Amino acid sequence: MIDLSRTIDLSTTYLGLKLKNPLVASSSPMCADLGNVRRIEDAGAGAVVLHSLFEEQIELESEELDRFLTESAGLSPEATTHLPEPMHPVMGPEQYLKHIAQCKQAVKIPIIASLNGTTPGGWLHYARLMQQAGADALELNIYYIPVDPKVTGEQVEQQYVDLVRAIKAEVTIPVAVKLGPYFSSIGNMSKKLDAAGADGLVLFNRFYQPDYDLENMEVVPNLILSNSYELLLRLHWIAVIYGSVKADLALTGGVHHATDVIKSMMAGAKVAMMTSALLKRGISFLDTLATEMLVWMGEHEYDSIKQMQGSMSRNAVPQPKAFERANYMKVLGSYAMR
Amino acid sequence: MEIKVAKFAGIAGRHYHLFDYFGAPDAERVIIITGSGAEVVHETVEAMVAAGEKVGEIKVRLYRPFSIEHFIAAIPASAKSLAVLDRCKEPGATGEPLYCDVITTLAESGVSKKVIGGRYGLASKEFTPAMVKGVFDELLKDKPKNHFTVGIVDDVTHTSLAYDPKFSTEVEGTVRAMFYGLGADGTVGANKNSIKIIGEETDNFAQGYFVYDSKKSGAITTSHLRFGPKPLHSSYLISQASFVACHQFSFLERLDMLKSAEEGATFLLNSPFGPDEIWDKLPRKAQQQILDKKLKFYVIDGYEVAKQTGMGGRINTIMQTCFFAISGVLPREEAIAAIKYAIKKTYGRRGESVVQKNYAAVDEALNHLHEVKVPGKITALFDIRPPVPAAAPEFVQKVTAMIVAGDGDELPVSAMPVDGTYPTGTAQWEKRNIALEIPEWDADLCIQCGKCVLVCPHSVIRAKVYDDSCLKGAPESFKAVPARWKDMKEKKYTLQVAPEDCTGCTLCVQICPAKSKTEVKHRAINMVPQPAIREREAANWDFFLSIPETDRSVLSPAQVKDVQLMRPLFEFSGACTGCGETPYVKLMTQLFGDRMLVANATGCSSIYGGNLPTTPYCSNSEGRGPAWNNSLFEDNAEFGMGMRLAVDKQNEYARELVWKLGFAIGEELAQALIHADQSNEAGIFAQRDRVKILREKLAGIHTPEARDLNSIADALVKKSVWIVGGDGWAYDIGYGGLDHVLASGRNVNVLVLDTEVYSNTGGQASKSTPRGAVAKFAAGGKPSGKKDLALMAVSYGTVYVARIAMGGNDMHTVKAFLEAEAYNGPSLIIAYSHCIAHGYDMAYGLDQQKAAVNSGYWPLFRYNPDLAGQTKNPFQLDSRAPNVALKDYVYNETRYTMLAKSNPEEAQRLLKLAQDDVTTRWKLYEHLSHQEVK
Repeated sequence: MIDLSRTIDLSTTYLGLKLKNPLVASSSPMCADLGNVRRIEDAGAGAVVLHSLFEEQIELESEELDRFLTESAGLSPEATTHLPEPMHPVMGPEQYLKHIAQCKQAVKIPIIASLNGTTPGGWLHYARLMQQAGADALELNIYYIPVDPKVTGEQVEQQYVDLVRAIKAEVTIPVAVKLGPYFSSIGNMSKKLDAAGADGLVLFNRFYQPDYDLENMEVVPNLILSNSYELLLRLHWIAVIYGSVKADLALTGGVHHATDVIKSMMAGAKVAMMTSALLKRGISFLDTLATEMLVWMGEHEYDSIKQMQGSMSRNAVPQPKAFERANYMKVLGSYAMR
Repeated sequence: MEIKVAKFAGIAGRHYHLFDYFGAPDAERVIIITGSGAEVVHETVEAMVAAGEKVGEIKVRLYRPFSIEHFIAAIPASAKSLAVLDRCKEPGATGEPLYCDVITTLAESGVSKKVIGGRYGLASKEFTPAMVKGVFDELLKDKPKNHFTVGIVDDVTHTSLAYDPKFSTEVEGTVRAMFYGLGADGTVGANKNSIKIIGEETDNFAQGYFVYDSKKSGAITTSHLRFGPKPLHSSYLISQASFVACHQFSFLERLDMLKSAEEGATFLLNSPFGPDEIWDKLPRKAQQQILDKKLKFYVIDGYEVAKQTGMGGRINTIMQTCFFAISGVLPREEAIAAIKYAIKKTYGRRGESVVQKNYAAVDEALNHLHEVKVPGKITALFDIRPPVPAAAPEFVQKVTAMIVAGDGDELPVSAMPVDGTYPTGTAQWEKRNIALEIPEWDADLCIQCGKCVLVCPHSVIRAKVYDDSCLKGAPESFKAVPARWKDMKEKKYTLQVAPEDCTGCTLCVQICPAKSKTEVKHRAINMVPQPAIREREAANWDFFLSIPETDRSVLSPAQVKDVQLMRPLFEFSGACTGCGETPYVKLMTQLFGDRMLVANATGCSSIYGGNLPTTPYCSNSEGRGPAWNNSLFEDNAEFGMGMRLAVDKQNEYARELVWKLGFAIGEELAQALIHADQSNEAGIFAQRDRVKILREKLAGIHTPEARDLNSIADALVKKSVWIVGGDGWAYDIGYGGLDHVLASGRNVNVLVLDTEVYSNTGGQASKSTPRGAVAKFAAGGKPSGKKDLALMAVSYGTVYVARIAMGGNDMHTVKAFLEAEAYNGPSLIIAYSHCIAHGYDMAYGLDQQKAAVNSGYWPLFRYNPDLAGQTKNPFQLDSRAPNVALKDYVYNETRYTMLAKSNPEEAQRLLKLAQDDVTTRWKLYEHLSHQEVK
């Protein structure tokens, strides 16, 4: 029986920002559309992370344009070029910055801009421009795939730390770092990023693994939306890291139900981010989630989200070994052969 | 007019009169001339007067209305003889226009002078001080030649003047620089910037001329730059350069660049070899000239600098920096600052990173520039390759080779074919060797599908199926495997690449479906460096050509696999690397080449199809091949219909004569000739055999009818008339005529090579340009949609229409060609042709064609009026419903992304409209294809 006289507080804080609930639309092309950002707010999200501005995007596009304008030029006196010069200068990050400003005007929820890159370079100053455009916070998405076997794990970690330091030097707004799960010691890596100044850690990036097209013998890009089972990896590590870093933790990947959000909070996350669930069930699903969370919390007599945050982190549970090797042996042992 | 020119002088600072006299006040010999040629005469007069000669010129500033009064006043009283030079030819007139005006003026004014007239500079011929001197010298003679020409050697009508080509008036202190570059390497652009820099940043006068060859792939550009403290009147190319730069190392073995270098000149070479190793890599002639002329010699590895600074293959700003550093025209720091300013101005709109990379290249260039310590002796073991191989026929050796070598202006009139008919099949002798990498066949992996042969834009991949016995005498490296044909299992198959004609586009590799089981990147055809296998494969190619062609009678022309074995009668054209048009042209010749007449609209297809020096259309072993002609841009459809009418008339007359001579040639033969079924190749070949018998019989009949029939007997054999052109012709400028011809009902086949812009003139928008694409005259993205020419033709109901895209469906393409040709009425094929004006790597041209089809942008269909007679729906929609969004197709191309990057809102708006266009049209086509026919 739900006690309707009780008020349940869904609010949370993330990166120093006060959010009305922990539901955050994670960074995806969906957020490149102003209408979608409005709908996300209307559906009740606590915040939105905009689509990413990629390190390579601007330079690569300029260079491609330059290449094809040049390569098709000078072939004959009648055709000294084959394409006109652009009427307007090629855009740098202007369009993205304009989008931030428009979003800020259109909605009240915090707007977190997303910058995606791997190497230090001129693009880092886009962070400052994003701040100037009105972003409330920044999410630095380090989507790095170390395919070169000569690169050591240490070098990779240092690269992450350097990037975070460099971005922090550019801006005064909070910076969250979105990273993948493939580190030898995630706990240690989290502490390093924490020490480098990260205000938040977003766990974990989903790496899009290419697939094989067996008919054409080609490697093809492959986009698979997330599933709830992917949540477990995130819960595990958030529960382990919680308490060891100052940075806020955000869970992203595998959030599809209200209970997924609640689990995320209990593991220690300040917010639960999602895209796949919204793509599958529509943006209005955020509203359903919030209602279902209220119902669950009412049924289980929780007053607030804050109350449950970290309540089932590694240090908060009676059997911390559940997160360790001993539990692994137990799980294996429980599997009955058919 | 005098008042107006005075006003102009106030504005521009240059004061012109109706006629300007320049020269000795007491000149006895005077040249009268208009235009830029007047500057050459000016320079010559200046030099000759300085040498004490009494010469002068009248520059005609205003030609019409021609002021008699002012002209007479301009002639110095001392003048005894006048030479009037016209840059035109008026066949049948009493003289050229200016000459006639001068004669009339003098006559009407009662002035008596000795006057001669002559032509110069026609067809872009050079006009030099040496020629001017020749004209002045002629005026000294008692009986000077009138109606002369100067600048060509007329050894037929002997009208030309002799002159001493060594005579030079190049002004002391003028820097004369020549730069040899590749079309796409930016050399010309950088030189234009250099002229602006020198003109704006220094007190020097500056001038530039840019010469291109007629090729679209591997085009050689020569930039001629002059600058110096005195005004430049030298409106002619440089023949004695103080600076020569070669921006492409491979040119060394093809061109004698140093022949224009004067003694003590500087030679700058972009070379992968450093200052210590370069000497032995130079051809003998280059070494000889460096020593003889005591040249200063510099090398730079421009490509290494470009690589290091992220410039890819772009070396233009690097070479430009070296030029400024060596020439010393500006202090080094000032020069670099000026180059950077020009870079910002030129590339600024393309993005900051592009500008920064160019800056880095400029900064790095001088660290790699080295002066070569020239050894005192010749060490070369090789020399510049002859322009054509020794095996080439006489005309190619004597005439074509001269033009290939860039010496065409030296050809005498007698070298020209009398009626303007040039020999075909001459492109095979050029051996341009422009590809750094060429495809190599992996015979074990190959499934012999023939797709690579089909898509090759330059016909450099050929296949043959032949008897084992043909392999006798084959080079050791010649590859042959059992043929994978059901009916030809016992025969051998070879896929051979022409190594020296390939342009290295990689379309063949991209299309190859056969991948290695152990390493999928390895296919049945793979790119490998050309130099290492050039000689070996050239020998293999020669041997391949000696193998007899596969018998066409056992082949099915509807199968791509069989089409590969049909000899293309269009090969090694100068089209762009990866051209999307030429595969269709080649296919057309494979299917119908031995009986086709081509009317070709002006455009890319006329430039690569029939521009000098060489012709890619060729003939088969029986001497049969396409008869090709280019009239104009605007009248091509009518021109082609004229061919049809002529062929039909000849056929009609021939049939009439066959009836008349029936008794003499035999009733049976006459009947067979008249009633021959020529609906397929077997029927056509049988008719050719009958014509052969007919000719033998006619040889014994000595009547006017027999002679007439003998001369037109070939008209009894079916001819295939093709009208070929681009979208600029078909959709725009020639549309009226095309529509007229389609409506005529005559049996002509129209092939529209649709690149969606005027490609040949540099990508101007046509009515074929799609909505949202950026093109010249549509720099903000074309606001309106593409005209549906195919549907307009369908509306007649009597025109066979096909919309094809080889990359979308090659079998469909082949089928459409066959049906179009078989249809006894007008046919229109609109062929999607990828083009460099679309702005992406042409290696992916066929992928883009596929994407165009899959997105519904380019639905494949055939409309065959013959089907209506069989109570079938003539409209056959041959591609599936769109399965990718339009944006997934268009945003692979710079013509669309350019707008998306510079004006995203507008790009988005146009994309939405364009997507609507696609959806609406698809619905309409679907509706048409589902209509019931009763």
